[in-house]
Amino acid sequence: MQFSEQWLRHFVDPKIDSEALGQLMTMAGLEVEEMNAVGGVFTSVVVGKILSTEKHPDADRLKVCQVDAGLDAPLQIVCGAPNAEAGMKVPCALVGATLPGFEIKKAKLRGVASHGMLCSARELGISDEHGGLYALPDSAPVGADIRQHLGLDDTVYVIKLTPNRADCLSLAGVAREVAALTDLPLTMPASAPVEPTIDDRRVIALDAPESCPRFCGRILQGVNARANTPEWMVRRLERCGIRAISALVDITNYVMLELGQPLHAYDNDRLDGTIHARMAQPGEKLLLLNEQVIDLAAGTLVIADDARVLGMAGIMGGEESGISLDTRNVFLEAAYFTPDAVAGRAREYGFGSDASHRFERGVDFALSPVAIERATALILEICGGQVGPVVQAESLAHLPARPPVILRPARARKVLGIDLSDDAMASLLARVHLDVAREGDNFCVTPPSYRFDIEIEVDLVEELARLHGYDNIPAPAPQGHLAMLERPESRRDLWQVKRVVAGRDYQEVVTYSFIEEAWERDFCGNAQPIRLANPIASQMNVMRSSLIPGLLGVLLTNRKRQNPRVRVFETGRCFRIDAVGAPVAGYDQPVRLGLLAAAGTAPEQWGITNRNADFYDLKGDLEALFAPQVLGFEAAEHPALHPGRSAKVMADGKLIGYIGEIHPKWVQKYELGTAPVVCEVDVNAVLATNLPVYTAISRQPAVVRDMALVVANSVASMSLMAALKQVAPAIVRDIQLFDVYQGKGVDPDKKSLAFRVLMQDTQRTLEDAEVDAAVSALVQCAEAQFNATLRR
Amino acid sequence: MNELDTLVAQARTDFENAADASQLDVAKSRYLGKGGAITQQMKTLGQLGPDERRAAGARINAAKDQIETALEARREAIRDAALAVQLSAEALDVTLPGRGMGKGGLHPVSRTLERIEALFRSIGFEVADGPEIETDFLNFTALNTPENHPARSMHDTFYLEGADDVLLRTHTSPVQVRTMREHVALYGEREHMPEIRVIIPGRVYRVDSDATHSPMFHQVEGLWVGEDISFADLKGVIADFLRKFFETDDLQVRFRPSFFPFTEPSAEIDVAFMHGEMKGRWLEIAGCGMVHPNVLRHGGIDPERYTGFAFGMGPDRLTMLRYGINDLRLFFEGDLRFLGQFR
Repeated sequence: MQFSEQWLRHFVDPKIDSEALGQLMTMAGLEVEEMNAVGGVFTSVVVGKILSTEKHPDADRLKVCQVDAGLDAPLQIVCGAPNAEAGMKVPCALVGATLPGFEIKKAKLRGVASHGMLCSARELGISDEHGGLYALPDSAPVGADIRQHLGLDDTVYVIKLTPNRADCLSLAGVAREVAALTDLPLTMPASAPVEPTIDDRRVIALDAPESCPRFCGRILQGVNARANTPEWMVRRLERCGIRAISALVDITNYVMLELGQPLHAYDNDRLDGTIHARMAQPGEKLLLLNEQVIDLAAGTLVIADDARVLGMAGIMGGEESGISLDTRNVFLEAAYFTPDAVAGRAREYGFGSDASHRFERGVDFALSPVAIERATALILEICGGQVGPVVQAESLAHLPARPPVILRPARARKVLGIDLSDDAMASLLARVHLDVAREGDNFCVTPPSYRFDIEIEVDLVEELARLHGYDNIPAPAPQGHLAMLERPESRRDLWQVKRVVAGRDYQEVVTYSFIEEAWERDFCGNAQPIRLANPIASQMNVMRSSLIPGLLGVLLTNRKRQNPRVRVFETGRCFRIDAVGAPVAGYDQPVRLGLLAAAGTAPEQWGITNRNADFYDLKGDLEALFAPQVLGFEAAEHPALHPGRSAKVMADGKLIGYIGEIHPKWVQKYELGTAPVVCEVDVNAVLATNLPVYTAISRQPAVVRDMALVVANSVASMSLMAALKQVAPAIVRDIQLFDVYQGKGVDPDKKSLAFRVLMQDTQRTLEDAEVDAAVSALVQCAEAQFNATLRR
Repeated sequence: MNELDTLVAQARTDFENAADASQLDVAKSRYLGKGGAITQQMKTLGQLGPDERRAAGARINAAKDQIETALEARREAIRDAALAVQLSAEALDVTLPGRGMGKGGLHPVSRTLERIEALFRSIGFEVADGPEIETDFLNFTALNTPENHPARSMHDTFYLEGADDVLLRTHTSPVQVRTMREHVALYGEREHMPEIRVIIPGRVYRVDSDATHSPMFHQVEGLWVGEDISFADLKGVIADFLRKFFETDDLQVRFRPSFFPFTEPSAEIDVAFMHGEMKGRWLEIAGCGMVHPNVLRHGGIDPERYTGFAFGMGPDRLTMLRYGINDLRLFFEGDLRFLGQFR
């Protein structure tokens, strides 16, 4: 909502400056978003009349003008504006005037003396127009100060109204609020009923009284639709951001801005019979004022006559019944449409209007008869004509009720945490025209018709807080019941996990949860992704089911910016349709941790032969992150990953994620450079950790034996290790895989795995025989289960 | 000078002239070895009478001691010299960069979230979490924003194709109701239900995109429900938080009346710094208010008995203010030159 300060001050005129007035409104909940001076800062500019123009003797584009500026003698002013001509009235800056950025002095222009300057709108800071002089109407009094004449000492406020304050969607509404806050009287514009001069009228039928419980209509005949809208009205409309169009349209807009009642003017000659406020019927169409044809859905409230639909009630009128410059006879509508009848319709049809904006938030239902009189008076004054009687159709039972609300002062004090007396409360509420009656310890408060936001006690508590001033509510240190928070040691803090990952040279990133459909298909094999109904862009149209695509996106971004070494991680939710998903039925939304490493394992540096991070580097990082928890890995395929270099990640026998190298076909298709390695695991699995359990340390000497077992390449080392541990006698405390060898001395389809076996007893020194027996038990197991041979 | 003195002097000279340990060994054998000069001297003692022998023996032993001392001194000198050579050869350019793996870092917004969590934990707030695909009911209706309420147009909502009852949550507020319900399930039977003190950080979504709006951004919801929680408490907590977060008292905090369907009274919280680039400008950083009775009811809590406040702040905005970042989009682009600045 945007309006002129001068106009506001016609209603209520507090003795504070524009800045303070803006502050007052902001702190009352009418947030001033912008404050703009209407004119620039300038002095000594008056209305001048060009008496004559002559061509400059030495310059084709310049004219030498004689200008009456209300002084004893005409001024000679040299001017370059193409539209300067004799008889025109224009702003004239006198010698000594200051304009934005310069000062007017006596000057000679190409040898001709010039005593002042004729101005464009831009030079006065009124608008950006600078194609020529700013033409003033003939009625402008010569010599008058232009600031006063144009009312330029004005400010335009742009306020951001919250949806509950529909009552402030008009000058009268804002003024009512300002008057309450400053405790000053309010002057409303005259709206005495206009006596009918003719008896023409239309019958009005409220066919849907629950949606339109009140409708005022009146016929005006013989109006001059071509009359000029008065200067003052044009100015006020423009400062409210509404372009003047024609007198009748301007008047309806003016009354809407002034009082808050949207009005509609029909060409009465194009109407047929009774006016109905009814629901649209199946198949009905309407050509709107904006030249759009719409199919009306059932449940849309329309205004119709006996023959056809005339307009969408409270939203937009129809083209065929609307007024034009040729209109002579007008049917004027001022109705109350309920918020429910209008809300959501505009969005449904994809457009809205100033009227729908007001109706869906709540227009004062007592206003229709007042506003129609106000508009009638203005039409008569500006366009002339004859007036018929106001026909008011209403269904009192369907008008909103304003039942009284009980306010318990003690409750208000408790909720706000302030000490405000009962009397102070009553007086604050009375200021905003709430009817306050004492009822025992409590107040019984009845709101006026325009307050749609006061229905329950807390609405009044808010009103009290606002009027008392939020600034006047103290901000003490809060008091609460002290109780220590739970800190389960078996669950790590996510921040701790993030710091461990960052400590291993991964940078955290945050990528969008919606990604390109092709990524979801390629990297997640998901042909049925969760699609957004209204994505912001086509490459952000599906919900990710994995963090991997987003991490690859980060890699691409950085590669494009000449940074191929990317080590990043993200934690965030992934989304999948899942019949048993919870807590929102039908969707699984786990939080995951994803890591990506591309290019060098270490930053470029001296003294280290860098190599590209591979599967085992990432696996090492993952294992370190989970330690002391031990992870399991099993070869497994994943749509994003190289089938021979990817694995399932298991914790406690449960699948918690995947790890692997990006599939070469994606590396090629997406130009990823050296194949990045990625992993993705469930965050809950990372957060879980075990409480340490103490086991006794042996003081007996340990025996270490190494053995190299040659097995087929296809043997998973982890399976072999598991089998060895399974059969190892009690004296074997640990088995470590310390070398993997392929090459000379080992068949090409085989590999040599070297294990170091640590044996120790807690009570005694081991004997050679039992050590040998243990080792041979291990070797035999490997031979039997894995067809291994001992490498000598 | 007698013969022994000469011998000692000679030995000293020889030892001095030995350049390394092996030369020194050769020189040593010349005096102290089996055929060495001192050994020769000792052999002559047998020809002397007992008294003379004792005296001469003492002289020879004295000379031997002197030679041994000189030898030891020379040995040490040679060792020292060799060590000095080795040390000097081994000297490093200590100014070369250290080697090893690099270090990553947290996202700047994570830094902020971690701080916010720590600050609120310090006064007994737990951290909760909720789904991002949320039901329309919890995102709006349970928050006192029924269908067609004009406040719904304050949030440009992302909807999912083919699903009318779910959406991408437009704020973290639905977790308020989830939290209340869980709390009531746990403690509802008690005569005095313990207070709910919780913050809820998370991602939220709105159809909006420019330098100050991102279709996905972060929010931190706060909720404190108890038997005696007032609007004044809300002001106290927020003012304390902002001063601790920005680590300055050089900060003005303003509560401005506003409207949210799920709180009443409601306020926007603005801050203004008294110094620096942003001096004197009011910056909107959070919305807050007393939890609306209808919301408490949806959470299963009796609004007559319990009151509470809630707030929702923008950690992205707080991060921008704290580190002087001017474009929200940088947070989600993943450019490591930007992110690397917040290690």
